[in-house]
Amino acid sequence: MATANQQEETFSKRSIDAMRYYFPTIMVAISVLLLWEFLVVIFDIQQFLLPKPSVILGKFMEEVDLFLDPDSSSLLFNATRATFYEALGGFIIGCGSGILLALITARWTVLTEAMMPFAIAANSVPIIAFAPIMNNWFGITNPFSKMAIVAIIVFFPTMINTVRGLTLVDERQLELMHSYAATPFKILFSLRIPNALPYIFSALRVASPLSLIGAVVAEFFGGPRATLGVFITQEASAFDFARAWTAILMASLIGISFYIVVLIAERLAMPWYHEQQNL
Amino acid sequence: MSEASEIPAIYAQGVNKIFNPKQENEVVALQNINFEAQQGEFISLIGPSGCGKSTLLRLIANLIDPTSGILQINGKVPEQARLDRDYGIVFQAATLYEWRTVSKNVQLPLEVMGYSKQKRQRRAQEMLEMVELGQFGNHYPWQLSGGMQQRVSIARALAFEPKLLLMDEPFGALDEFTRERMNMELLRIWETTHVTVVFVTHSISEAVFMSNRIVVMSPRPGRITEIIENDIPYPRNNDTRESPEFFQKVTEVRELLRDAHEV
Repeated sequence: MATANQQEETFSKRSIDAMRYYFPTIMVAISVLLLWEFLVVIFDIQQFLLPKPSVILGKFMEEVDLFLDPDSSSLLFNATRATFYEALGGFIIGCGSGILLALITARWTVLTEAMMPFAIAANSVPIIAFAPIMNNWFGITNPFSKMAIVAIIVFFPTMINTVRGLTLVDERQLELMHSYAATPFKILFSLRIPNALPYIFSALRVASPLSLIGAVVAEFFGGPRATLGVFITQEASAFDFARAWTAILMASLIGISFYIVVLIAERLAMPWYHEQQNL
Repeated sequence: MSEASEIPAIYAQGVNKIFNPKQENEVVALQNINFEAQQGEFISLIGPSGCGKSTLLRLIANLIDPTSGILQINGKVPEQARLDRDYGIVFQAATLYEWRTVSKNVQLPLEVMGYSKQKRQRRAQEMLEMVELGQFGNHYPWQLSGGMQQRVSIARALAFEPKLLLMDEPFGALDEFTRERMNMELLRIWETTHVTVVFVTHSISEAVFMSNRIVVMSPRPGRITEIIENDIPYPRNNDTRESPEFFQKVTEVRELLRDAHEV
């Protein structure tokens, strides 16, 4: 009984701590929304410039109703799903191949060193400019044309960071492995890869919002009606700005959830790292 | 301590190490090094920075190669000795893998050498108990103090029972009190395991307290100036530090180091 009570106590203590921690953040969010609402009313801002949050929320709830009704479908939710798959597909292909290529080439230092300047140069190219070309290659309605853009955008930062993590190994930690006469394979798996994990995850954290930006902006260059980028451009040109804002809201929600998933994966993959950070 | 018929733990004859040979920035790190360490000895290498004591240790460990001369570890070339896992090494920094728990760090060499999981865990626990950290197996390195981390690193170096223990200023980063405690602990381990120790230090009292022979080195070029026999009887303890023989030895080493510096 005593232990059960203690557990309950620590549990309620924990939730109070969590509330204390998140309370200021939540208050800021509410204040900003309220301020937005009042400023639009007070200065009589036209809805095509900036709609009120309450109006956006109303439009959003209409779409939620359509989504929940089995006899109808919501264009917003269909668009969200399509864009989500494009971003996710591009993220997996781009980050996956970036990590894989880094793992393969890190074995040959000369090759990596020869490749790095190109990777860094490619990383500074505005990849999004290739969107019309990708539409031409894969077809404007083919989701792969957007995935390709996302994949290229996230590929370079992921590869560069992974190579750094695999090569910037502490000299003594490496000598220790040599003193054990360890095989290159063992050094890769027991030293280089664990050493690279923080670098890889910091790349993935950058890549997660980038993948969504890439997908939505690529859709601005044309795509199926049911994608967030096309949804935003269509609603904006029809002067239904509140509806355009619902798509922006959805894009933000996907972006945030991507980021949270990466954070959770990071904590699971590197339990030592976050305990250290939280100290 | 050792029989004459035994193969020496370390045999060095005319060993030279030159960094960047025949270039403008050529450095003679070691010149004509001659010495022998018998099995079970505790040998300190002492000298000011730049005297090549760490370089000599790294030659023995086969982390670098000599430019010329003969160097043998347990009668083998250093590379063969390394491949045979003849030695364990401890650096000045504990050099633990921060993503591994303390126990997993001690298991690292055993993993490389293909011990079974059960044997690894049992051995790691034994070693941690030897350095009095039996309760800390599941901690991460950052949760331990500097002295505790260094003890883990010693446990790791001895986990696979190497015949030779190489230590490169292992307690150099610790405070005086912790260092003296670690000295005692290392002597205790040495006396129970009969491992040969080569101990690099720049602390005269540490060298005198620990070793049965002290190799005094001097810089530019790095060379051995004198090898001092230290016959203060073991087991040594805190009283040893206050004995007249101890002061006498410390003075002897200090004068040798000073003379070497003035030449």
